[in-house]
Amino acid sequence: MSNEVIADLMREHIVKLVQSGRRVDGRGLEETRKLTIEKNYIKTAEGSARVKLGSTDVLVGVKISTGTPYPDTPNSGVLTTSVELIPMASPTFESGPPRPEAIELARVVDRGIRETKTVDMEKLVITPGEKVWVLFIDIHALDYDGNLFDAASYGTLSALSCATLPGKMVGGVDQQLPVDHWPVSVTAAKIRDKIVFDPHLDEERVADARLTVATDENGDIRAMQKGLSGSFSYDEVRYVISTARRLGNGIREIVKA
Amino acid sequence: MEDIEHFEKEIQLVDGTGRRLDGRALDELRPIKIEAGVLKRADGSAYLEWGDNRVLAAVYGPREAHPRHLQNPSRALVQCRYNMAPFSVSDRKRPGPDRRSVEISKVTSEAFSAVVFTEQFPRTSVDIFIEVLQADAGTRCAGITAASVALADAGIPMRDLVVACASGKIAGQVALDLDKEEDNFGDADCPMAIVPRTGEIVLLQMDGHLTEDEFDRATKYSMDAAMRIYELQKDALRRRYAVRALEEERAEPGVIQ
Repeated sequence: MSNEVIADLMREHIVKLVQSGRRVDGRGLEETRKLTIEKNYIKTAEGSARVKLGSTDVLVGVKISTGTPYPDTPNSGVLTTSVELIPMASPTFESGPPRPEAIELARVVDRGIRETKTVDMEKLVITPGEKVWVLFIDIHALDYDGNLFDAASYGTLSALSCATLPGKMVGGVDQQLPVDHWPVSVTAAKIRDKIVFDPHLDEERVADARLTVATDENGDIRAMQKGLSGSFSYDEVRYVISTARRLGNGIREIVKA
Repeated sequence: MEDIEHFEKEIQLVDGTGRRLDGRALDELRPIKIEAGVLKRADGSAYLEWGDNRVLAAVYGPREAHPRHLQNPSRALVQCRYNMAPFSVSDRKRPGPDRRSVEISKVTSEAFSAVVFTEQFPRTSVDIFIEVLQADAGTRCAGITAASVALADAGIPMRDLVVACASGKIAGQVALDLDKEEDNFGDADCPMAIVPRTGEIVLLQMDGHLTEDEFDRATKYSMDAAMRIYELQKDALRRRYAVRALEEERAEPGVIQ
């Protein structure tokens, strides 16, 4: 396959550059790509954001309606996160039921929102045990140039932060969806013995291991996910965490804006 | 009182002077904006705004056709996937293909098969992906118009661009390019796709009720509008190639982008 030949050439090139502290696109090892966020991009959604992280392009829409709570959590709203890796975004994505990559991505983003209580689900109850707000987060990858984890996470947080609870649906008034925390994820990739942040597609392809760390506004760690078959040393993990926290502070300002 | 006025306004789709709810004349298009080459990974792409419709189109190929039994030893397949994002409509759409999108995908593939020089690429597939990000009636026409620019951006040899546009009937009068409100309360809708250089019609659908005279008028509206949209398509491509020429001039030898 012609793709693989290019990848082999690229692999050597990337590894060689990283050894001398450089990257293919001229970034420093700890430098993330340019992040732009356009909130309220979609009129038909209650909240939305289009996020570009370099050339990686993700559109997140939040749809909100009413429904019944799960029997085991009668005093809690319902949150569902789906990811569509549509074939438009990459020659390697295919239509059909979600593949493991999409499911992992959706679950990591979902946990990031749920476990950090970014949105307090207990505030989303209309009538306890009967009627609650149902949030659908749909993550649509449009152009895949690496690091979907972070792009999806910034998009989700941005879309939630500008979402409207359609109170009119239940005879009340529309109000802002309350967002209580701002967990920001930063992903690192290990290439041989070097670590780069916000890997683009080719770096992701040659990486041995990947680590995503989400930190909140207090600098606390809120979520982590390691991927790929390589490993990190403890020192490396600590290094990734402290760098993720530092980079996360800058990114949080962009997401909040 | 206000409510009654509102109601009357809503059912009066065309006023005494031939103006519509949004102030357009009967033969007037909604504002259209086209941009070519908006996605990095795709071989060709285009973004299109048409009133409140927002559509992305991407083209991959010619590439090996999958599944293989579909391969045609004498010509390329033109395969289209039309998809609506879950947040593109007011009630969340369940992800994945439904009967409507399967049908639209099919007629779109057929429309483009008529203009692509498929005999130049035996056994391959030209894959067109249309994503509706925000819908406001007329999404198939918006999708086809965008996909045509994406095909040209991908350098796929074609006899001409394809332009799609709909006309219909509201309040007993033939009107061009119905929006959501007009579509909901209108009497007929007739989307068509045209090859501007020859005037051939490569897609035609109709539902509702039109007399022969009304159909003639609807076709004239759509044909005239198609010529105006054709200019916008060509303009988007010219802008795209001006940028591409600049990029190539600037690219330094030895730097892999």
